[in-house]
Amino acid sequence: MATITRKPENPTAHLTPEDIEQIGIELDAIRQDVIDSRGESDAAYIRRIVNIQRRLELASRATLLVSVFPPAWVAGTVGLSVAKILENMEIGHNVMHGQWDWMRDPKIHSTTWEWDNASTAEGWKHSHNEVHHTYTNIVGKDNDLGYGIMRVDEDQRWHPMYLGQPLWNFINACFFEYGIAAYDLELGKNLSVPKEKRSETFKRNAKNTLRKIRKQATKDYVVNPALALPTGSFLPTLAANFTANLVRNLWSHSVIMCGHFPEGVETFEKKSIPENETRGEWYVRQMLGSANISGSKLMHLMTGNLSHQIEHHLFPDLPSNRYAEVAPKVKALFEKYGLNYHEAPLPQQVASAWHKVVRLSLPNGWLETTTPANAPQQLALLWTMATGDRRTRRAAQARLEQLARRQRTEVAAAA
Amino acid sequence: MTTAAAPLTPGGGRTLRSALRRFAESAVTPLELDDVLDVFHPLRAGAELRGRIVQVLPETAESATIVLKPGRDWTGHVPGQYVRVGVDVEGVRLWRTYSLTHGPRADGCISITVKAIPGGVVSNHLVHRARKGQMLQLAQPEGEFVLPQPLPRKLLLVTGGSGITPVIGMLRNLHSKATAPATDIVLVHVNASESAAIFRGELRALHASGRISLVERFDDTHGVLDVALLAELVPDLDERLTYACGPAGLLDALEQHHADRGLELTTERFRPVVVTPADGEGGGTVTLTGATGGGTELELDATTPILDAAEQAGVLMPSGCRMGICMACVLPMREGAVRDLRNGALTVAVPGETGPQGVPIQTCISAAAGACSIDH
Repeated sequence: MATITRKPENPTAHLTPEDIEQIGIELDAIRQDVIDSRGESDAAYIRRIVNIQRRLELASRATLLVSVFPPAWVAGTVGLSVAKILENMEIGHNVMHGQWDWMRDPKIHSTTWEWDNASTAEGWKHSHNEVHHTYTNIVGKDNDLGYGIMRVDEDQRWHPMYLGQPLWNFINACFFEYGIAAYDLELGKNLSVPKEKRSETFKRNAKNTLRKIRKQATKDYVVNPALALPTGSFLPTLAANFTANLVRNLWSHSVIMCGHFPEGVETFEKKSIPENETRGEWYVRQMLGSANISGSKLMHLMTGNLSHQIEHHLFPDLPSNRYAEVAPKVKALFEKYGLNYHEAPLPQQVASAWHKVVRLSLPNGWLETTTPANAPQQLALLWTMATGDRRTRRAAQARLEQLARRQRTEVAAAA
Repeated sequence: MTTAAAPLTPGGGRTLRSALRRFAESAVTPLELDDVLDVFHPLRAGAELRGRIVQVLPETAESATIVLKPGRDWTGHVPGQYVRVGVDVEGVRLWRTYSLTHGPRADGCISITVKAIPGGVVSNHLVHRARKGQMLQLAQPEGEFVLPQPLPRKLLLVTGGSGITPVIGMLRNLHSKATAPATDIVLVHVNASESAAIFRGELRALHASGRISLVERFDDTHGVLDVALLAELVPDLDERLTYACGPAGLLDALEQHHADRGLELTTERFRPVVVTPADGEGGGTVTLTGATGGGTELELDATTPILDAAEQAGVLMPSGCRMGICMACVLPMREGAVRDLRNGALTVAVPGETGPQGVPIQTCISAAAGACSIDH
């Protein structure tokens, strides 16, 4: 996928500026409907979820005190995994978005919430709420696109190091909370600055993040296992906490990949975004830059309603329990204006996102031109590109593109 | 070897407790231990102060007494004092102040009596929708409107409408004791109509048993009370110490009247601060009261975001997306009104009514709708 402005057919080409502003007005109206009807049942919803999550976590941790018995280990680990997922997805992420600030309850408020994650609430609110949600899918501005370590767009020049990106992505998935923490700190960028020249803000944030990581790790890997010592359950509890964190990491990584990575989600060129982007234009970018996961109520809950990624990106501050109800209205609006409402079940979206990761780890055109028959030659070509200098790569790339073009014409002719 | 056992210092127990607490906190971080304990025992000692509704007693068609079991840290109160109550109305926590209508009770419960005022969001909710088992947020009791000790020989109480609420607490307390007080009490109780008079049965019973002299005045039958006539209603007025609570009009008149006669008067006013939002056209003066803002005053129109104006004035402001989605610019408004530039929605902060920390507002999409003070 190239950025939207470099594609042969821009999916927004048929929209007039008036259409775009009208979309903005209609979406504002949908938002207002929810705000006007927001009330007691919504407040009851989030309090209930928080209550369930806390009880589930405590019960699971209590069960793990005797996790030397395998059934207790399994029950405790499953419970803790689910509790951590709920805490991060449906509660933490959404509370920190200010979705529940309207309740004016200091206990459930974006300014006071801290979540069960390596990254600090403050760091997350900056990199996620502020940068990602404002500059969604703008290549070079939205670091959520590949987290600065991956090639996520054809327009990014291929380099042999990208061959490793499926592996990076998998490792990042396993330790996602630390990946997020590093990413919130813009660690890569900041570490490349000489130590004495690093900004005070970075130093302060890094210190806070390290303190948070230490507290989190002490809880999961020292204190709770130590509490289980009397029953000889130290190691099982440690393993259970590690597993729960791993499950939570893999799950949240998968859900988040589904939000913006699947094939067909649009990305945008920095220079194509007008200086004073109107509300309508911003809305349209969010509409095309997000993808939904279809599924059951349980699926929506466990994804923190990020399964309604499109609705979430349009209205990041509306209570998550209301996305399901606005989704049909939003979908109708997509249809009305001839835009693609990107929605598929979880396995399909995850597969699609991974396909993109793999495809872009390879030079443009390589995957589509490779067949079982020409695999040896293609591998040889890839080897040349991976080991050769820039000139060799450029020549090989030109050959690949020529091949791809020829294949496309053949397919077209056959059809 | 001579090792004396370390003497148990007063601080010793506390140190152990705080060490245990730190350990427990390290097991539940990022939650605080209190968050966990709240799940099981929200009224325990050490918890944020709350109260559970144990009874809702209708008083008149438009008023009700709410009996609450307060948290263990409730310090106790003196009759006549009031309490700030945080009530979740339509999911939004709103704070109001109500007089405590019982003296200290044997069962440890406290009560407030609420009159539903037309358009009153919280009062209507409490009168008509509050149910047993619901939780309210509480602050500790406050207020200077309490009877002197020792009691004067003769007392005059003047109340208008819900102004009876602190006074009923005083009366109940005085007459719940084994020995009735020697004080001669006259209560002038003013109401719009007989049916609107709260506690009329109880007060008439006190009158019938000779514990107080009750003078009832109803606007619809007697006309609005002219304080000049007070001396007629209470002939020994000049011998009495007066306590009054009621609407501003009544209290203003009474203050003038008593000042003219050189009499002492203690009053309690409800709603001392009234915030009137400007209409759609008007902006207002925004004062940044905290350490960073240093008292900066900004004159704003109704369309400029507070964030932009404050930054232009050179104040370092927290900011983020500048379009109302990221919550990085949220600051507490202590008093005043702002308008959401996206949909025109008003947010009002009234000291004593909206939470103790003020109302958090997003400065990037909020314009002044009247004078307001923001803590920054």
